[in-house]
Amino acid sequence: MDKFRVLDLLQLDLKENDALNLKCISGRPGLIREIRIPEINRPGLALSGFYENFAYNRIQIFGRGENAYLKKLEREKKKDTLEKFFKYDIPCCVFTRSIDPTEDFRNLAERAGCPLLQTDLSSSEFTTRIIRVLGDIFAPKKLLHGVLVEVFGIGVLITGESGVGKSETALELIERGHRLVADDVVEIRRVSGNILIGKGAKVVSHHMEIRGLGIINITHLFGVGAIRDKKQVQLVVHLEEWDASKEYDRIGEEETTTGILGVRVPSLLIPVRPGRNIPIIIETAAMNERLKKMGYYSAKEFNKNVMRWLETESARATFLEKS
Amino acid sequence: MVEKEVVIKNRAGIHARPAALIVKMANDFKSSIYFEKDGERVNAKSIMGIITLGATYKTPLKVIAEGEDEKEAVEAIADLFERKFEED
Repeated sequence: MDKFRVLDLLQLDLKENDALNLKCISGRPGLIREIRIPEINRPGLALSGFYENFAYNRIQIFGRGENAYLKKLEREKKKDTLEKFFKYDIPCCVFTRSIDPTEDFRNLAERAGCPLLQTDLSSSEFTTRIIRVLGDIFAPKKLLHGVLVEVFGIGVLITGESGVGKSETALELIERGHRLVADDVVEIRRVSGNILIGKGAKVVSHHMEIRGLGIINITHLFGVGAIRDKKQVQLVVHLEEWDASKEYDRIGEEETTTGILGVRVPSLLIPVRPGRNIPIIIETAAMNERLKKMGYYSAKEFNKNVMRWLETESARATFLEKS
Repeated sequence: MVEKEVVIKNRAGIHARPAALIVKMANDFKSSIYFEKDGERVNAKSIMGIITLGATYKTPLKVIAEGEDEKEAVEAIADLFERKFEED
C-alpha cells in the first residue's frame, strides 16, 4: 500500500455517517506526515507531563477536556510540557467540536510542522467514525481481475481469462436489471474479520470495455439504478472455455470455495460454449445461493428425495415378493 | 518469469490510447502479462486495468510476463514505453 498521509485523510471522499468534516487550521506543511496505525489517542496524560508509554504515533484527539487544560497551561505560562509534546513525531492533532486551539499550542505546532485539524463533530462521534474509516483503509486489500455485479442481492464476482466474455456477461446481467459494481479491476478489502467488500477503482468505475464498442459509461446508458458503489463478494463464478476432457460438476452436492484474502467464498466453475446462456446461469446460481443462505440446498434435498423413493420402492418390492 | 522496469516517458501518462496500444501488443503474446506499481498488480491485457494504475509521467512500473514467449513479450512492451507510445 502507498503511504497514507494526513493529506490523504483530508481528501477522502466520505459520505453521511462516515463524514469526518475535517479541515486543516494550522501546520499545513506537516500534511505530508504519514499515518501509520489505525488508532487514536487522547493525550490527557501526556499534557499533564506523564510521557511513559505515550502513544505518539497515533492521531491525537483534543476534546473540551484537553482544550480546557491547554487554556490552563497558557494562563500559567507553562510551555515546557507542550514543547516536549511536539518533540514527538505526532501524525496530527484533531480538535473536535470546532474548538480553536490556544495561541501557544498553535505556534508550537506551527514551529514543529505538526498539522492541526478541526472537526465540528463531538469527540466520541469523531472517534467512532475515524476508527471505522481507518479500519477500512488499513484493511488487507487486493486487486482482482474480474467483474463484480450484484445479482438478486448477491455480490457475484465473475472471473476468467481475458476474452472469455466476462464483460459481455455482465452487460447482459445489467440489461436484465442487475447492477454493476466494478468492471475489470475489482479492489477487494477484508473488513470486520471475514467480510469481503469489493469496489471499483475511482476513475474507471462504472465504465466497461466491450470489444467492438469501446469504452461505455454504464451510469449514463442504463441509469443510476444499474450501478452500486460497493458490495460484499458472496459468490465467485469462474468462466472458462469448455474443455471436453474435463469433468464439470453435474450434481452440485458438494460445495467448492475459493480463498480471497484468507476468506472462503462459495465458488462455481462454469464452462463457456456457444449457445450456453451464461447470464441466466449466473442469475440461477445467485438465486440458488440465496436458497442456501436460507438453509435449503437444492442438490442435497433432491438426493434425499431420490433416496427416500428408492427405499420405499425396495420395501414395496420385498413386500410384493413375499405375498 | 521475466521482469523489467520501465518508466513512462510520454507527458500525458497512460490514458486510453496508450492503454489500448499496450493491450493490443499484449494480446499478440500467449504469456500472461502484468504490470506492477506499488505492489499492486494488474493484467496487461485489460484496458481498464492499465488505466486504473494511474500511471503518470515518469512513473516507474514493472512489466512481468510468464509463459512460453515471456522474453519477447516483455521486450516488445518495454519498447512501446521507449517509443513513448508513438506520442509527443
